[in-house]
Amino acid sequence: MATTQSRTLARVMLLPSVTLLLAWMIVPLCMTLYFSFLDYNLLIPGDNEFVGLLNYEFFLTDPAFVESFFNTLLLVGGVLLITLTCGIALAILLDQAIWGRNYVRIMVLAPFFVMPTVSALVWKNMFMNPVNGLFAHLANWFGVAPIDFFAEMPLLSIVLIVSWQWLPFAALILLTAIQSLDREQLEAAELDGAGPFSKFYYLVLPHLSRAITAVILIETIFLLSIFAEILVTTSGGPGYASTNITYLIYTQSLLQFDVGGGSAGGIVAVIIANIVAIFLMRLIGKNLES
Amino acid sequence: MNKQNSQASKLIYTLLAWIIGGLIFFPIFWTLLTSFKTEAEAISASPSLFMFDWTLQNYIDVLARSPYFDHFWNSVVISFGSSLVGLLIAVPAAWSMAFVQNKRTKNLLMWMLSTKMLPPVGVLVPIYLLFRDFGLLDTQLGLVIVMTLINLPIMVWMLYTYFKEIPNEILEAARMDGASIGEEIFHVLLPIALPGIASTLLLNIILAWNEAFWTLILTAANAAPLTAFIASYSSPEGLFYAKLSAASAMAIAPILILGWFSQKQLVRGLSFGAVK
Repeated sequence: MATTQSRTLARVMLLPSVTLLLAWMIVPLCMTLYFSFLDYNLLIPGDNEFVGLLNYEFFLTDPAFVESFFNTLLLVGGVLLITLTCGIALAILLDQAIWGRNYVRIMVLAPFFVMPTVSALVWKNMFMNPVNGLFAHLANWFGVAPIDFFAEMPLLSIVLIVSWQWLPFAALILLTAIQSLDREQLEAAELDGAGPFSKFYYLVLPHLSRAITAVILIETIFLLSIFAEILVTTSGGPGYASTNITYLIYTQSLLQFDVGGGSAGGIVAVIIANIVAIFLMRLIGKNLES
Repeated sequence: MNKQNSQASKLIYTLLAWIIGGLIFFPIFWTLLTSFKTEAEAISASPSLFMFDWTLQNYIDVLARSPYFDHFWNSVVISFGSSLVGLLIAVPAAWSMAFVQNKRTKNLLMWMLSTKMLPPVGVLVPIYLLFRDFGLLDTQLGLVIVMTLINLPIMVWMLYTYFKEIPNEILEAARMDGASIGEEIFHVLLPIALPGIASTLLLNIILAWNEAFWTLILTAANAAPLTAFIASYSSPEGLFYAKLSAASAMAIAPILILGWFSQKQLVRGLSFGAVK
């Protein structure tokens, strides 16, 4: 039973969080929106006149935007594909009765705790370097020409690194979900003569559908903002070959000091992320009700 | 299935799991190993697994030739500072939403979570300019502020789910016995909720320690935490694999150990309740 006193208190205690988050969300976002209508470059002093939608026009018709938009799709899609397929396989494997499951779990989970700059640099240098990397040594050992990962397939190389970082997340969420599967149902299906494939297709996969949706949406939110991995490996290059929208906006805002253009890009990024967020919020809302 | 058969399949699954787990863990293992090699051995075309001259020279070099401890300390201040400040703000909010619910609670909670989905580039320019104008660029304080704000939704959310698990009857009983709201929170609620609060703190320290957007953009030499320090190894001169490994090993070791304790909290905190 909440009394009036505790209701008032509850409001007071909510106040700091709500105010801070509101300020954090509204103030800078409004500033971004405002800047996006100005001809505002930090290097060119002037009166920052109002130019309407010109920044948006420049940003959206820039070939670099088109390229980085598709790079973003490939990056997010590629990582999702790898982490989900491998994640489901791993979750099923770790759900079996095995010796030392906790140790395997720890090993599988470890990459998630490695900071992005470390994982990107370790992979770039110690594994993917065409001369001294471990993959090059392996290729030479087998008598094949080593691949120059970041020159030949910069975006795919980043996809591989990021997949390594996010596989643990997918596997862990899916493992948690799989463990709540009704064992009796599985046994009943087995008695009815269901093979491993039909068990997977008719029982496991439907049971995992909600978790899979969650992994897709949550990973997408985070993967849209991949930045550090690109900065320390390719700096978006060669050309714009490995630039995603986040990185493009960074170069425009902080390397070319184009506040107006960068802000217009920022608003575009917010809109893209919101599309994903709406679906995620619906899923969360459903779960909060049940 | 007979017993022998199931033992055999257990063996096969175990082998498979250990091989795959080992492969996933290998880059980290290899980094640790390389950190004890000489630079020449680190790039050797026939790398050896254990038969090399183990050396601590890389660690000595990294610690002596770069302000490693300063960056380490920045990481500590930023991640622990922001998590503690965040906790002070988030606990009251989570308490309110968990125990004094009304029609708006659910929407409020969802709105808080939605702020986490705002892409950082959406506010990049204004934050950078505000930081410049307020003299917060490249300061620990600035980073603590940003980290607190970006992790606040996750903190409130996690604490809310922990508080929700506490049966309301316990609090009502305390109230019947005439406990004030202050006593109720400090003597009844906090002791029960302590494990949940500790896990929330732990996960947020990890997230802040590894955050690599704002730390790279808002810091330079002074306040750069380890994420930004390691990034400086992306344009090195000469041989450096072993030193990169040593610096990396020191940067990830503390958090790997903390991370192993927080496996379960990871699901709770980062799935936003979309998975049960």
